[in-house]
Amino acid sequence: MSSLRGTTRQYWVAIRTMIIFTVVLGIAYPLVITGIGLLAPSQANGSLIKIGGKTVGSALIGQSFTDAKGNALAQWFQSRPSAAGTGYDAGASSGSNQGTESQTLIKAIKDRKAAIAASDNVDPASIPPDALTASASGLDPDISPTYALEQVDRVATTRHLPTAEVTALVNSFIVGRELGYIGDPTVNVLELNIALSKLKG
Amino acid sequence: MNNTWLFILQILTLIVVLGLIYRPLGDYMAHVYTTEKNLRVERGFYRLIGVDSASEQTWPVYLRSLLAFSLIGVLFVYLIQRIQEWLPLSLGLPPVEQGLAWNTAISFVTNTNWQSYSPELTMGYAVQIAGLAVQNFASAAVGIAVAIALVRGLSRRKSLTIGNFWVDVTRGILRILLPLSIVAAVILIVSGVIQNFNPFEHYTTITGANGVIPGGPVASQEAIKEIGTNGGGFFNANSAHPFENPLPWTSLFEIVLMLAIPFALPRTFGRMVGDNRQGYAVLSVMGLFWIASAALLTWLESVGSGTASQLAGGAMEGKEVRFGIVGSTLFGTSSTLTSTGAVNSMHDSFTSLGGGLAILNMMLGEVAPGGVGSGLYGILMVAVVAVFVAGLMVGRTPEYLGKKLGAREIKLASIYILITPTIVLLGTALSFAIPAVEASVTGTSMANTGLHGYSEVLYAFTSAGNNNGSAFAGLTASTPWFDTALGVAMLLGRFLPIVFVLALAGSFGAQDRVPVTAGTLPTHRPQFIGLLIGTIIIVSALTYLPVLALGPLAEGLK
Repeated sequence: MSSLRGTTRQYWVAIRTMIIFTVVLGIAYPLVITGIGLLAPSQANGSLIKIGGKTVGSALIGQSFTDAKGNALAQWFQSRPSAAGTGYDAGASSGSNQGTESQTLIKAIKDRKAAIAASDNVDPASIPPDALTASASGLDPDISPTYALEQVDRVATTRHLPTAEVTALVNSFIVGRELGYIGDPTVNVLELNIALSKLKG
Repeated sequence: MNNTWLFILQILTLIVVLGLIYRPLGDYMAHVYTTEKNLRVERGFYRLIGVDSASEQTWPVYLRSLLAFSLIGVLFVYLIQRIQEWLPLSLGLPPVEQGLAWNTAISFVTNTNWQSYSPELTMGYAVQIAGLAVQNFASAAVGIAVAIALVRGLSRRKSLTIGNFWVDVTRGILRILLPLSIVAAVILIVSGVIQNFNPFEHYTTITGANGVIPGGPVASQEAIKEIGTNGGGFFNANSAHPFENPLPWTSLFEIVLMLAIPFALPRTFGRMVGDNRQGYAVLSVMGLFWIASAALLTWLESVGSGTASQLAGGAMEGKEVRFGIVGSTLFGTSSTLTSTGAVNSMHDSFTSLGGGLAILNMMLGEVAPGGVGSGLYGILMVAVVAVFVAGLMVGRTPEYLGKKLGAREIKLASIYILITPTIVLLGTALSFAIPAVEASVTGTSMANTGLHGYSEVLYAFTSAGNNNGSAFAGLTASTPWFDTALGVAMLLGRFLPIVFVLALAGSFGAQDRVPVTAGTLPTHRPQFIGLLIGTIIIVSALTYLPVLALGPLAEGLK
């Protein structure tokens, strides 16, 4: 009997412990952190980019620059392919999860390669891997500098801008590796396109 | 700079940082679990829950407390999910469906954090903070407590007790996990990880399209998710999501968070058994596996074999540009060698052999360095077997740290080692052997066909049985079969081994310590390090060779 009482007692201790933990770790802790976060409001709220007081996106969340049907808009730098929802749906982050022998993935890469080679008028072999593959989150805000520079001619021609000016713009948006060795070099597509829209054609 | 140099510099950075943490954190944890002094807030807490902190428990009582605590945890998380629609901050989401709620409750209580659901579509903020995050703390503290109990058994003489479970869990949370999480969360916020209770914000892009920006208390969750080697993402994309992991260096920082406690626990162990060299020996084994595995995965992904990777010119499918190959492979290795299971790249899209290596990392039993606590007790159980094997070979009486390894001890350690492989192999086999289940697995669950689809199933059971939580995420696991079978796998994979660890702790503690003689096998020398590495490879990895050959090896070597 005493062992049964001991076991029952353990459950009462467990229930009381869990209630207190829920209050302290489940409610107080996130609230305190949120309170501290008020000191860094921009970051805590998603590094939003606003134009004229209106949110046009987040510096951290990628977007697609396509028409309603999903066709690339030639006048904008294009982001990577995305498997989040119908593409860059920040309510449904996801990778494609296709393996390297997947026929679906192989066909998708072939199609993308052909489409980019045609639209950008470049040698298919020169297209970098990030342009042909979907990211892990489906919300990758970045492309490689190679892919950004590869798109310069198309963007400049469509917008009737001097190629040199657009190249200079892209170069100014290249972020190198942190400390020279952490991560890969990036170009933030949304920030680049916002700066691009300000250039006079 | 090519990937080789990037890898060398980044892993050196990690080694230096973790090296600096090793002694202070390890010594501090040893102090936390050995001091007799309670903090004022702890005294109040023990009064509230009705526990006498000075009274210690025998191993069966310690185990019963642990099981009671965990069972109540499962019920709490299940309940919170089921009443989601009535809770504030739930974003209008309906209650989580029964099978999924049960699977998720077990998943978070067992420190697995397997997610059969897409968080942004399923879990409101209330469930995330009051249900899931609480277990991120609790399950981590339980893991450390079990490891500490085993170390106490090794360090004590003729003791019937192995500590007090309630005290160990409380101290682990209050003195270790919570302070570390607060510091980490603040660093993450400043770096760009969001922390708010905003609803999803809809906006119009510069091209006139509709966009949405998610909200949520992410930084507070992200911190304990890594520190407690939990791994459950606030978002579906986990640590690949820019709001969970915005920068290349935050990714490195998150790796440090998930490795800090597991790599420092050998120091705690060395301190508590009164011989720091024992800690260094265990650390060496853990570290060598980690470095070797990270180097191998980085090489495989940099070469990028496979049809799609070759066609694209690099294995960037399922990887983020800012992390690159090296940032992805370091994270993937650290996550699958601990019980974290967080991902900053999609393992399903790794090269065939790279994905296989992620599976093998988990199959090693997550001892390099393993989950918080579970890594240390895991490697100590294998060490017991290693000492026994060495004893058989040279005819010495097997003893570890002055404790005799008799029939009872060896039985406990051997059964411990057999549990997880049994779960993994049975679960995978049953998925294809039962006709009705096989139809659902191949028809509904597998995202890829053929060999890679099989690997998705193997990955799932390996991850669940080892309480890792990462996935070949293409697998649709929210089916009756996977919700149930993976739930059982996680439950047994967590608590059955703990039974044997605590039993062994009790049996070691009750023994006196035999003096060191000329016949004693030294367990701090390179010879033993080599022996332990060999034992891990033989007892763990070779068990799984046939099932790996059927999936990732067949696909990668074709």
